[in-house]
Amino acid sequence: MCLAIPSEVLEIHGDEGTVEWQGTKVYANFSLLDNVSLGDYVLLHAGFAIQKYQPEEAEELMELWRKVSEGAD
Amino acid sequence: MKGRIEDYRDPRLTDQLLRDIHDVAGSASSRTISLMEVCGTHTMAIARYGIRSLLPDNLKLLSGPGCPVCVTPAGYVDTAISLSRNPDVTVVTFGDLMRVPGSDSSLAVAKAAGADIRVAYSPSYALELARNQPERKVVFLAIGFETTSPSLAWTLVQAKESRLSNLSFLCACKLIPPALHALASSDEVKIDGLLCPGHVSTIIGTAPYEQLARQYGIPCVVAGFEPVDVLLSVLLLCRRIARGEAKVDIEYSRSVPKEGNPKALKLLGQVFEPADSAWRGLGTIPDSGLEIRSGLSDHDAKTVFGVDIPLGKDNPACRCGDVLRGVISPPECPLFRTACNPLTPVGACMVSGEGACAAFYKYCELEHKKGTQPHGN
Repeated sequence: MCLAIPSEVLEIHGDEGTVEWQGTKVYANFSLLDNVSLGDYVLLHAGFAIQKYQPEEAEELMELWRKVSEGAD
Repeated sequence: MKGRIEDYRDPRLTDQLLRDIHDVAGSASSRTISLMEVCGTHTMAIARYGIRSLLPDNLKLLSGPGCPVCVTPAGYVDTAISLSRNPDVTVVTFGDLMRVPGSDSSLAVAKAAGADIRVAYSPSYALELARNQPERKVVFLAIGFETTSPSLAWTLVQAKESRLSNLSFLCACKLIPPALHALASSDEVKIDGLLCPGHVSTIIGTAPYEQLARQYGIPCVVAGFEPVDVLLSVLLLCRRIARGEAKVDIEYSRSVPKEGNPKALKLLGQVFEPADSAWRGLGTIPDSGLEIRSGLSDHDAKTVFGVDIPLGKDNPACRCGDVLRGVISPPECPLFRTACNPLTPVGACMVSGEGACAAFYKYCELEHKKGTQPHGN
């Protein structure tokens, strides 16, 4: 039930707007976040953007792996 | 889009991560390492990708109480059904709750019998419904963890500000950290590390886990939901355990800032207050639920309709409670795959798309083919 989908912000009208995920455009409520801009990615849950989503390269993700493997954290 | 989903399913990365996990767990082969995944979405991801079958024999993944539908007691469903029988009431619910068994029936059965019960994707639908049908008393079934409760809080504030006196909420929202404290302090199941729920953590951040790690010496990793996320998180926990470090790491950093979502947390504090709450399988846990603050009681269905939420009664043969505490794995329940299946679920864990029993029913053949015991004591 705690599913949240990373979606791109396409339109903003006040605290509401439209986001897109893999070609599907849906209504989103942005009231739970500050400073949402067009082109941002947000996590959409039950029609609400609950957090900003920062797309990262897998290599960036692996940085954590390297740090832990090397005991550098 | 940068950070494509395929990157988190990259076989090259998963293969390397698995080799590292086997190395680290192998060096501790004299002992069993038990990790609990707290989130139902993790439970489903782990089952779907067959991750248990790929792990070393001494590394166990236990499913925890991280499915809101599963931990909602039968008495809540009973109360919702009772309200739906009021001819003036329209009940609005998340779809997950429709087929969850109450003591004697379910919302789906009540709807089939003629009750006005609507399924909504978002609580904001209840606002629209209450505006458009002022003659109806609209009751939203407010269940969920911290991922969901901020959107419920926002909707409730809108109802108040718009003077929508015909919209109320039957609140049984729950908080994850008190449940984790209850599990960590219990002797029933040994937990060496916690895979913490990714989307709950987008709201609460990592502070609650820091306290858990300090108090119980259990390392925590806030994990994402793709195979690379889960495996990297398992590896992080294994390394922390091997080094005796009870630290908190964020693997799911693309979604979870350390501080969570302060705006959502502030709203939660304005609308709700912590209260003792009954969890299916875990009993009543102090301050583990959210009650609507008294200043907003005009929108509290319990006050509006003068109802309370009893515990209700579960089928005595159903072992959902033991599954939710990680005491047994679903196939160890005598009803699993026999009396209890997705078509005729006996327990909530078989109903929900994120319930451990549903996950095992759908995917556990893969586990059994490998000859591994998915989890258990």
